[in-house]
Amino acid sequence: MVEKKEYPLGGVIPKGGTAHDYSTGGWRKLRPVVDLDKCTSCLICWVMCPDSAVVTEEGKMAGFDLEHCKGCGICAAECPDKVKAIKMVEEAE
Amino acid sequence: MAITATKGQTGLTGNSAVAYAMKQINPDVCAAYPITPSTQIVEDFSGYVADGEVTTELITVESEHSAMSACIGAAAAGARVMTATSSQGLALMWEMLYIASGMRLPIVLANVNRALSSPINIHCDHSDSMGARDSGWVQLYSETVQEAYDNVFMAVRIAEHKDVLLPAMVCLDGFITSHAIENISLIEDQEVRQFIGSYNAKASLLDTDKAPTFGAMTLPDTYIEFKRQQSEAMTRAKGAAIEVMKDFGKRFGREYGLFETYRLEDAEAAIVVLNSAAGTTKVAVDALRKEGKKVGLLRPRLFRPFPWQEIAGALKGCKAITVLDRADSMNAFGGPVFSEVRSALYDLDPRPRVMNRIYGLGGRDYKVKDAVEVFNEALKAAETGRVETLVKYITL
Ligand code: SF4
Ligand code: SF4
Repeated sequence: MVEKKEYPLGGVIPKGGTAHDYSTGGWRKLRPVVDLDKCTSCLICWVMCPDSAVVTEEGKMAGFDLEHCKGCGICAAECPDKVKAIKMVEEAE
Repeated sequence: MAITATKGQTGLTGNSAVAYAMKQINPDVCAAYPITPSTQIVEDFSGYVADGEVTTELITVESEHSAMSACIGAAAAGARVMTATSSQGLALMWEMLYIASGMRLPIVLANVNRALSSPINIHCDHSDSMGARDSGWVQLYSETVQEAYDNVFMAVRIAEHKDVLLPAMVCLDGFITSHAIENISLIEDQEVRQFIGSYNAKASLLDTDKAPTFGAMTLPDTYIEFKRQQSEAMTRAKGAAIEVMKDFGKRFGREYGLFETYRLEDAEAAIVVLNSAAGTTKVAVDALRKEGKKVGLLRPRLFRPFPWQEIAGALKGCKAITVLDRADSMNAFGGPVFSEVRSALYDLDPRPRVMNRIYGLGGRDYKVKDAVEVFNEALKAAETGRVETLVKYITL
């Protein structure tokens, strides 16, 4: 629990980019898993992910930011039919 | 509109005086939607904008909900913001009133008191601002045109006070005060500027380097802390109001307090009433005093925060008190001022008898004879120690 004096007046968040520090990945029921051998790094998933949770390294698909991925499956659905490199697996498994 | 003074006095309606105060304040932004009886405020002020007498950005919106929303956006950007409304207009702002106060934006609003529909009515009562009494806004009430004019400046200072940072509402009676011409003393522009100073917001939406977020969501782990923070600011607003009123009195010679008392010191029976009806009540006090009857008046000026200890202190010598409400809480237990005054007096020993009379709804006249009747009933209660009817409508 943060001390009272640290609460910013009126709930103003005094700087930008703080959503990054707030883990929202716990809402996820399905987890995306990429097969990097199949992946062509077209980055369609990176463009389409509504949570900016597709991670790239040097312009190549590198996996997922599971602290923010909600498991919506958009990436898996948008990965081109010829490739289908992303599978959604149950978090419970 | 050119405003000229004769012997230091200027004849203005309540609305024109408020608009003139806004002109002198020259806020950064004014977003408003005109509504009877406050229309003339926005009309006069838009004239000042059109004539280049102010540098205010006037946003003409499509509703009062939008007016308050635009005020909030502008205030979050760091602007000094003002608006005016009445009745249904204030009601339509409701949702946003809470957002303005929760976000701690010191917006100043002139509310010209008017009854709420239904039935539709354009005349004075206090159901509009009384309904907003729990919205987290500081509320100042005004008996006269002069006081409404003065309150606008004090509202700016109280709202923007570093210990407060809450929006503030200045209330004046629709038509009775808003449309009556009164000779008032205006303050020089230069003195207004010195009194209100400049406003420097702590955070601004336009600050792209820091990129702050306003109005973020809070969950059960933080919401209550923000509400406590807001509540403490409202508690501090009393001290800030006293400080601002003192400074105002020192600079301009017009003394104001948390409330006004009239011949209350040795009174056995008193009326508590807001705004213009206090003037009528004072005439009745004088008449009854001539007959040797010990009556007096207390007129709250600062209603939010509610200075309950001070009010109890001022009324403690009275045996019977009648609170007049120009609004009904529709709780089958009287009006809002009654509930709060009666609660404030609960700890007094001996505890005075306290009654409530609902008067003047929808602009119904409240006359000296009405006040005399109320006093006579209160004097009877003071003598017998018994209240015959706790709550009832008068001026029917
Ligand atoms: S599952 Fe949804 S949130 Fe997670 S990476 Fe894919 S598109 Fe983004
Ligand atoms: S859409 Fe499929 S192929 Fe394209 S980068 Fe994402 S995972 Fe790789």
